[in-house]
Amino acid sequence: MATIQPNIAVEYAENATIVSFTDEKILEEKDIYSLQESIMSVIEQAERINLILDFGNVKFLSSAVLGLLIRVSKRIYERDGHLRLCNIDPKIYEIFKITRLTKTFDIYKNVESATKDLS
Amino acid sequence: MTSKMPASYSIVVESKTSAVTDVFQQIQAKLVEHNFGKDDIFAVHLTLEEAFLNAVKHGNKLDPSKKVKVDYSIDAEKVEISITDQGPGFRPENVEDPRLGENLFKPGGRGLLLMNSYMDMVKFNEQGNSVSMVRYKEKPYLTKNPDS
Repeated sequence: MATIQPNIAVEYAENATIVSFTDEKILEEKDIYSLQESIMSVIEQAERINLILDFGNVKFLSSAVLGLLIRVSKRIYERDGHLRLCNIDPKIYEIFKITRLTKTFDIYKNVESATKDLS
Repeated sequence: MTSKMPASYSIVVESKTSAVTDVFQQIQAKLVEHNFGKDDIFAVHLTLEEAFLNAVKHGNKLDPSKKVKVDYSIDAEKVEISITDQGPGFRPENVEDPRLGENLFKPGGRGLLLMNSYMDMVKFNEQGNSVSMVRYKEKPYLTKNPDS
């Protein structure tokens, strides 16, 4: 597992790249920008990526992170890849529900279920 | 029987997004003091972040010479927070619903929806540069001890 900057850890599995957020809170604008840069560079490295974002460590985020996720998802779909989110804390899942982003993102319980059926 | 007046506080901070951290820490300490639970603290944290970011970015337009004023009061039943920027104001009714159509795929525009969802009352002043929000304690802490 490679650690890119202090904010994410990247694991290259057989059929997917798993990016874990290492911070408990994702708030600061500069952190969100740096996160986006890090994730985009992971996406650019692969020709067609199956990206799993693991929120297991995250206990708090603001709507600025939702914007980051939208931008990341657009980039992935442009490159014909797949994006799946997993391990989302119930309080944070509520934010996804309120904003109806549960309708746009594929959300899984854990990394294991998120990696299933990816080609 | 002792009666306590709600404690009120007013803070003026620099108009930069990182300034909200200290403000939240102060409010969080008072919420804990008044036995607000984790759900309440999460809700207040989220709405404070969203409202403060709106004030700095959309209100003060990232102008470092401007300030943001945060007024808050907390008692055993509720927390009230007002955030005022030095911008020209806006009309909240003109903000599009981020859950509809193409808006669902836009990166921004969700702050106001979250504020309205997590607070029991959200009200803007006429100018639209000050928002007042109230959240009532999720599960009122019932006690027969008047001193607690």
